[in-house]
Amino acid sequence: MTSQPPTLAGKQAVLEGLPDHPAVKALEASEIGAWNPQAFTDARFDFGELTLTIAADGIRAACVVVQKAGYNFFEDMTAVDWFPASPRFQLSYHILSHAFKERIRLRVMLDEADPTVDSIVPVWAGANYYEREVFDLFGIRFSGHPDLRRIMMPDDWQGHPLRKDYPVEGYR
Amino acid sequence: MTENPGAPVLDLPAAEPAGDRRMILNMGPQHPATHGVLRLIVELDGEVIVSVQPEIGYLHTGIEKTCEAKFYQQVVPLTDRVNYLDPLSNNLCYCLAVEKLLGLEIPDRAQWIRVLLTELSRLNSHLIWLGTHAMDIGALTVFLYTFREREEILRLFEAVAGQRMMTSYFRIGGLSMEPPLDWLDRVQHFITTFPEKIDEYSNLLTGNPIFMNRLKGVGYLSPEDAIALGVTGPPLRASGVDIDLRRDMPYSSYEKFQFNVPTSTVGDTWARYVVRLVEMRESTKIVQQALDGMPGGPVKANAPKIVLPDREKMKTEMEALIHHFKIVTEGFNVPAGEVYQGMECGHGQMGYYVVSDGTSKPYRVHMRYPSFATLQAIETMCKGRLIADLVAVIGSIDIVLGEIDR
Repeated sequence: MTSQPPTLAGKQAVLEGLPDHPAVKALEASEIGAWNPQAFTDARFDFGELTLTIAADGIRAACVVVQKAGYNFFEDMTAVDWFPASPRFQLSYHILSHAFKERIRLRVMLDEADPTVDSIVPVWAGANYYEREVFDLFGIRFSGHPDLRRIMMPDDWQGHPLRKDYPVEGYR
Repeated sequence: MTENPGAPVLDLPAAEPAGDRRMILNMGPQHPATHGVLRLIVELDGEVIVSVQPEIGYLHTGIEKTCEAKFYQQVVPLTDRVNYLDPLSNNLCYCLAVEKLLGLEIPDRAQWIRVLLTELSRLNSHLIWLGTHAMDIGALTVFLYTFREREEILRLFEAVAGQRMMTSYFRIGGLSMEPPLDWLDRVQHFITTFPEKIDEYSNLLTGNPIFMNRLKGVGYLSPEDAIALGVTGPPLRASGVDIDLRRDMPYSSYEKFQFNVPTSTVGDTWARYVVRLVEMRESTKIVQQALDGMPGGPVKANAPKIVLPDREKMKTEMEALIHHFKIVTEGFNVPAGEVYQGMECGHGQMGYYVVSDGTSKPYRVHMRYPSFATLQAIETMCKGRLIADLVAVIGSIDIVLGEIDR
């Protein structure tokens, strides 16, 4: 078994364990734009990867903050359906820093009743297809997205295939 | 879930009055220059491109959904069907992600063979790119030459994995088996002769005035646009951004290899051609280093509850037989957690995001594939250019529809 870096669970542990981490520092004490540090709710350092949980209404501002802190490259974004738990949907944004050679994960939890979150296309134009994909396969809406329509499935498709209550072999 | 969120396929502009020269041209999904089932909706003003809208999804097979219904080890054969031109990179990325969750330590020999094969796989991918790219431009000969060498690489794959394209040779915990006895000699023979083959392609193309005129200054992508649009790999490096995960965030012992990362600041189709050509030479160097320093030892991790036992042991040891039965019928449980493993494949940055809930089946497998993001940049590269340039640009961003649609 390899020696993994120790796990830090919870925001307090991460603040103490990684006080100089540029993204943590920027999110915790930042006065950039519309960012509200209260929206940084939880953190976890596990398998050598840092996960920062952001309140649903703060994701676009958080992206601006980490972008200014040096995490300049939007690498990936997807969702996880935790059905039947509540909140049901988890969005995971993977942001890479070309300067620090390091990646962070921003995480947003969404309720089933109204799965809507701000689009980050204004911050990184490359998030366009990723948000369309999540919209198509999970039914999560992105407000402010320039062109939110299905991308993988046909336009008249019913349902969202990657949801856990959608059968693997589809409806017949 | 009853609502139909789909808008019309395309918001076409209202019919313009006669005399307007704008025209909507549908390119693909069955078109020889679109490298698969890519459909482009091109708006033209005469021969000049006004906008390009990729319509994708024709090859969507729901691989991510299928993964959720399989055991962890059963996902490996699904991964090489995603990017079928660079199969071993897919296997490696998935295996690395699951091994990270499991905390498995992979023996040196397995890691070095993984590096060696991933580089051969990159050569395979680049050879197909070069052949088809040149063919799109009209230089049909190069295709025949590159496929000659690709055939050699596929034979090497076949010798280790029993399969030419869908290799599934890397397994969680190492390799599926030790390569055959003379295999490393065969790789050595191939890699000794390969640099002169690159010279051969270069002789056919680099000084070719038609090829130069079709490529130089076409499809410019600025470094700012490339980063904003999520472009990775050779197109990003050709735009002057010096990032290569093999060097910058090494995995599978890449930190022990010396190689250069070619970049260019020109950012056009020609720069992407040059960067990839140099990358092939660098890959050759890495393979040579892997051959020179190939360590001995086992090719599977010492984890009997995760790695399938050797066939011989199963016939003599009760334990091995039990483990084999358990792994095949029940799979193995993976500790709960989420990991993202990134790596540099032939087309750019690949990534596997694996979420485990502690059972023997992955809760969620998400694949980040470079072509999906790179395709978004096509409009930026082609706007205001001639439609003939679109063909050159599609060739130069080296897309595989299997990984776009998944």
